[in-house]
Amino acid sequence: MTLVLTRSFDDSSSHTLEAYRAHGGYAAWEKAQAMEPAAIVDEVKAANLRGLGGAGFPTGVKWSFIPKNHTGPVYLVVNADEGEPGTFKDRYLLERDPHALIEGMLIAARAIRSALGFVYIRGEYVEPWRRFSAAVREAYDAHHLGRGFDVVVHRGAGAYICGEETGLISSLEGKKGWPKVKPPFPAIKGAFGQPTIVNNVETLCCVPPIIERGAAWFAGLGTKTQGGTRMYSVSGRVKRPGVYETPVSVTLRQLIFEHAGGVTASGRLKAVVPGGGSAPILTADEIDVTMDVDGLKNAGSMIGSAGVVVMDESASIPEALMVLARFYAHESCGQCTPCRESTGWIYKMVHRIVEGHGHKDDLDTIVDVAKRGGGTTICAFYDGAVGPYVSYIEKFRPEFEALISRA
Amino acid sequence: MSVAAIAFSPEQLAEVRRLQSLYPDKRGALLPVLHMAQDTFGYVSLEAEEYVAGLFDLSPAHVHEVVTFYTLYFREPKGRHVVAVCHNLSCHLAGAPEILAHVKRRLGIEAGETTGDGRITLQAVECLCACEAAPMMQVDDRYELNLTPEKVDRILEGLA
Ligand SMILES: Cc1cc2nc3c(=O)[nH]c(=O)nc-3n(C[C@H](O)[C@H](O)[C@H](O)COP(=O)(O)O)c2cc1C
Ligand code: SF4
Ligand code: FES
Repeated sequence: MTLVLTRSFDDSSSHTLEAYRAHGGYAAWEKAQAMEPAAIVDEVKAANLRGLGGAGFPTGVKWSFIPKNHTGPVYLVVNADEGEPGTFKDRYLLERDPHALIEGMLIAARAIRSALGFVYIRGEYVEPWRRFSAAVREAYDAHHLGRGFDVVVHRGAGAYICGEETGLISSLEGKKGWPKVKPPFPAIKGAFGQPTIVNNVETLCCVPPIIERGAAWFAGLGTKTQGGTRMYSVSGRVKRPGVYETPVSVTLRQLIFEHAGGVTASGRLKAVVPGGGSAPILTADEIDVTMDVDGLKNAGSMIGSAGVVVMDESASIPEALMVLARFYAHESCGQCTPCRESTGWIYKMVHRIVEGHGHKDDLDTIVDVAKRGGGTTICAFYDGAVGPYVSYIEKFRPEFEALISRA
Repeated sequence: MSVAAIAFSPEQLAEVRRLQSLYPDKRGALLPVLHMAQDTFGYVSLEAEEYVAGLFDLSPAHVHEVVTFYTLYFREPKGRHVVAVCHNLSCHLAGAPEILAHVKRRLGIEAGETTGDGRITLQAVECLCACEAAPMMQVDDRYELNLTPEKVDRILEGLA
């Protein structure tokens, strides 16, 4: 099988510069230095690389939004604020292949003509932060960094919403992590008021292999509309939870039953969250979908951060929704009324149902309230909460009703 | 802690200036400097907020707004160790409620509280993104993975 992002993970020294070089590291950066910035952008566009942080936006296209006539600074910001429930791939990359990210940043910076990059690492990731900072020091000593491009490693302080790119920018600017209204998009007016590209860790780690082996090769690994492999985080009731890198044409069934060894305990699959906590849930009959951006979209869900959470027959869907509803109630930044009010209220309702005190009308009310606020908020956080609220109830309604009729 | 104790050493002040110089606007260093303040003073008191505000030419109100927004800043003295049990989806499916109940029983406190001897502050937290090793918790800087009640006991006993 083709391993691109995780090819050196078995090497216990893979995080060091020496090992990275031994695996062919920094050769792509050599090559990119002889390329015009526009040629790098074109190569990444042709590779069909799509953002792996959640939204799936084509990376090369995003890079091309930096205004051509801009003469001031341009910033590259790496989103290492991993926080989507069920996702842990960026932690592996920061700890096991930090130089791949640095090399991806160097190439991206050349493409967008940036002299300064920030890596925003979630505050809880202390070990990944140490590992990555050590790699940055190595890259300075080896003069990869500090010659036209500098990297600042920035630690967050605990807030899921700082994973949203404009919330992240607010936080980087020394403010609370409130998302901002778009437009203007960060590529026009981002960090410190300057054009800024925000990319996920894994997205940037795909860039060196694209430059080294070519867009056609990378595009050919994936589907028609998305190139490459990606790292699927698989957890929940499976025999072998972990990170699995495969081409994005893999099906959800293959991931669960071939890669992760199948379902534990009862052995019978009940439901799967395919793309992190905010992805609408799929039933056991809906897993013959390809795990690319469009495959999941067509299935009425989303690939998001590619965090796959597997539930077997013994899992309670209402409890699962309660846990996620608690998360959304806790993490709403509170700026938009529908998000602030509904997340708190829906958590209380689902909690009440799970505790056996639900009313007959509760389910319709939750779905109705949830849907009404959708699409009206500053950021996509709330839409990410509506997906689970509505899909869990619509697809597993009898299980909720059983709890209510007992009340 | 007395108000007079809220001050960085000359070396720390140099570090503050170095951090501030890394950002196009020195304000970018606010979160890192607040981490420093917490490490130095134990928690971020109102006095510490005011002190840090002075280092940034910001209003204490702005710093207060920032401190209260983020979960990793403590506004009251915390225990010598912080035990944060994840209770999000994958950990929940793997038995996080039992693990959390076990820790509460062992320590005799609820989430959000600190033991009477000041040894441990307990928290229930959202996904720490180590779901492949659920149930899990964070103890100070370390991730403790694949928890069982017995493993939890051993870890808690090791915290002085
Ligand atoms: C509520 C919310 C949380 C998000 N969390 C993350 C995150 O933890 N990491 C990430 O890379 N992107 C996250 N995103 C997506 C970012 O806003 C942004 O699309 C992404 O960082 C862009 O990088 P990419 O194009 O390389 O994927 C989140 C989005 C939303 C709405
Ligand atoms: S949708 Fe929610 S999280 Fe996003 S800006 Fe509005 S209140 Fe904040
Ligand atoms: S759910 Fe506990 S680490 Fe992700």
